[in-house]
Amino acid sequence: MTIREMQKILDAQFLYGEELEDVDAEFVFSADMMSDVLAYCGKCSVLMTGLCNPQVVRTAEMLDIVCIIFVRGKMPDEHMLALAMEKGIAILATEHYMFTACGLLYEHGLRGGA
Amino acid sequence: MGDQLIFTYDIDGSDFTRAGEASSSVKNKLKMLGVNSEIIRRVAIAMYEGEINMVIHADGGQITVTVSDDDIVMVLADRGPGIPDIGKAMQEGYSTARPEVRSLGFGAGMGLPNMKRYTDQMEIDTVVGKGTTITMKVAF
Ligand SMILES: Nc1ncnc2c1ncn2[C@@H]1O[C@H](COP(=O)(O)OP(=O)(O)OP(=O)(O)O)[C@@H](O)[C@H]1O
Ligand SMILES: [Mg+2]
Repeated sequence: MTIREMQKILDAQFLYGEELEDVDAEFVFSADMMSDVLAYCGKCSVLMTGLCNPQVVRTAEMLDIVCIIFVRGKMPDEHMLALAMEKGIAILATEHYMFTACGLLYEHGLRGGA
Repeated sequence: MGDQLIFTYDIDGSDFTRAGEASSSVKNKLKMLGVNSEIIRRVAIAMYEGEINMVIHADGGQITVTVSDDDIVMVLADRGPGIPDIGKAMQEGYSTARPEVRSLGFGAGMGLPNMKRYTDQMEIDTVVGKGTTITMKVAF
């Protein structure tokens, strides 16, 4: 599924990386603890989280994540967006809560890859 | 050949926001050197876990990364409180992190085991009250 399709399904805002809309992803990891993301993310290339601080972007960078999805209306600040831009990581923000956001993507064929 | 590249970083223990900058820099440098992406990923994850530990548990320190023909060696040295029981610290789920750290997304007790998993060799040298030096090696 492309990042653009995820954005539509989640009714999400593209905060950075519209030019990455065609990048394809198959596996998603969702967690609020970056410790868990680092330990279990495996082959996932999309990170869904309700945590919002610069270490979310750093964690994604280390794991070669292509897209971060912030749930329940969390909004990254300029510093985080600048970091994402520098690293070429797309950022989406959705109003949906974690469970619903995961469910919607799962329903459309995405899977957990841990 | 036998050439070595050495990168050193001072880690500011008071600034959680900047934690990870050293690991990010190493990741970029290895990319530019054309190192295999799976090896870069292992080095980046292990070093980032260690760098975060230096900030949340030990008030910062110094990291030296040496890239040679056969391997990449990371040495993370701090003057923090030391680790009283390495066996316990290496267990998944063991953490002494403060609640503030947890609210920032860390402190699940996964870092040290993860560092071991992603590297070929890991050594912990620690003296309570003096500091900790962790040496990790990833072979090419
Ligand atoms: N550099 C260090 N100096 C002092 N103590 C440390 C250091 N690194 C780790 N520790 C101790 O070892 C414990 C386990 O470390 P580990 O990295 O596995 O987990 P954590 O940092 O608590 O949580 P996580 O890594 O999941 O965010 C820590 O809680 C801390 O007590
Ligand atoms: Mg840790």
